[in-house]
Amino acid sequence: MQLTLEFGGGLELLCDSKKIHNVNVEFEQQNKEDKLTMKGLLSWVRTNLIKERPEMFMKGDTVRPGVLVLVNDCDWELSGQLSTTLEEKDVVVFISTLHGG
Amino acid sequence: MSSLASEILQELESLKSEKTKIEQKISQLESQLKDINLPKQHASSASAASSNGSSSPYPTNGLEPHMIHRYSRHLVLPSFGVQGQANLLKSSILVVGAGGLGAPALLYFAASGVGKLGIVDHDKVELSNMHRQIIHTEAYIGQPKVKSAAAACRAVNSSVEVVEHEEALRTSNALEIFSKYDIIVDATDNAPTRYLISDCCVVLGKPLVSGAAVGLEGQLTIYNHNGGPCYRCLFPTPPPRSACQSCADNGVLGVVPGIIGCLQALEAIKIAAAVGEPLSGRMLLFDALSSRIRVVKIRGRSMHCEACGDNARFNKQYFREFDYEKFTQTPLRVPPLKLNLLPSESRISSMEYKEITLNKEPHVLVDVRPAHHFKIVSLPNSLNIPFSTLESRLPEISSILKKDEEEEKGAVSESSAQLYVVCRRGNDSQRAVQYLHKMGFTSAKDIVGGLESWAQNVDPNFPTY
Ligand SMILES: [Zn+2]
Repeated sequence: MQLTLEFGGGLELLCDSKKIHNVNVEFEQQNKEDKLTMKGLLSWVRTNLIKERPEMFMKGDTVRPGVLVLVNDCDWELSGQLSTTLEEKDVVVFISTLHGG
Repeated sequence: MSSLASEILQELESLKSEKTKIEQKISQLESQLKDINLPKQHASSASAASSNGSSSPYPTNGLEPHMIHRYSRHLVLPSFGVQGQANLLKSSILVVGAGGLGAPALLYFAASGVGKLGIVDHDKVELSNMHRQIIHTEAYIGQPKVKSAAAACRAVNSSVEVVEHEEALRTSNALEIFSKYDIIVDATDNAPTRYLISDCCVVLGKPLVSGAAVGLEGQLTIYNHNGGPCYRCLFPTPPPRSACQSCADNGVLGVVPGIIGCLQALEAIKIAAAVGEPLSGRMLLFDALSSRIRVVKIRGRSMHCEACGDNARFNKQYFREFDYEKFTQTPLRVPPLKLNLLPSESRISSMEYKEITLNKEPHVLVDVRPAHHFKIVSLPNSLNIPFSTLESRLPEISSILKKDEEEEKGAVSESSAQLYVVCRRGNDSQRAVQYLHKMGFTSAKDIVGGLESWAQNVDPNFPTY
């Protein structure tokens, strides 16, 4: 599945300082109708993109406190968080909240 | 250095200090003069008005003639107009933080005619602020930011009431200060203060225009407004302290907080004037490097929010007693982190290191700062091995130590070259030494307080950043 993943607010430092990743995510389907969920994507990202300090990205099976997740420019809280299902060409943004000024 | 050069330097030094004194005196006298003139001007226009029986012989919807002139470009703007300006003139806005975000916001608030403008800050103006905190001028270096910012606002628009709150924001004073304003602008620089400000706004029912900027990115939204979320709805659990970047440690391009501060001014002015669609329930993300602005939809108010939810515990009393430093594990007045990881025998002071160099004791000095920090300034003969690359470059350290040992053979046969580690402030150097000990470099020592201590205690001419 082709997805565009974006990292910001410092999270890009965890994946080679690259902000935009056009990726092809392979995932195991038990049934034909199975769709990739955010939970599945997170573990894929952790394995395939995060190069250092994974604890700066995840805590348990979700993102660490202070990280906003946006699926197609929409807070994942509105689409079901970890159970959000993804479609071909979706854009998923991970952004760490900033505190400086 | 020739004696002529040192003479010139001395004279320059004394002229500069005289110049600063004169500039301070000028600004003092100017503000004094303004205080004398202003009431008179107001008085004369007021007496003219009273003799006419109204503020103007013509119907002007409550705007005084001088206001019509000053704000004319607002007034002829169809979507803003007299009503928008009149609303703005009656409004009061509090800006917490007169730094990179607050600087442009404050100037625009003053210029656009906000009725009452409050400024909270406890810091002093520093040279390293000037590249982004454009409200301050060199003449104010060393003086309170609140004083400097207030003077600048008054210089732009003397008809605005500017209130100086020269104090750190605390749970003990926040309720009292915030209650005097309609809209709060968060232009601060740390996590605990951001929670404190948001909670206080929830308790008092005030809209909060929140901005942040680090590096080349900025973020902006309005909390606690129009059914939108509060800060805690979005971030119920504070992030780990290590995830909080600061402008001092991570750098910031001056214009980036400037842009976010301008957008904060825009959003606050829209709320105050009651025009347009506020950025509530949405968040603006700005990436300066790729010139991209993205506006995303964020969640609404959370029923389960501790601050604004249906069973929220927050009220004035609970707020006053809430420990924000404990909650976020971060002190409110961001003093730089001071780790203490090593036993004292594994540490030396910058003065002791100075002795070592004077005595030409064989040693290797490893500077573990990132390469782009090392480029700014470094100690002579230091070797840059950034902390993040230490693991892969251990062999390099071993071979250099060996080489140095061989060179010193005969002279001091028993003692081997000593390994010292330095960084900017003395935190990463401790982490590095801890790691080096683990990897068998048991005699490695760190320089307490890093290069900052060197500048403070050994050589005041060493540039700090
Ligand atoms: Zn809330």
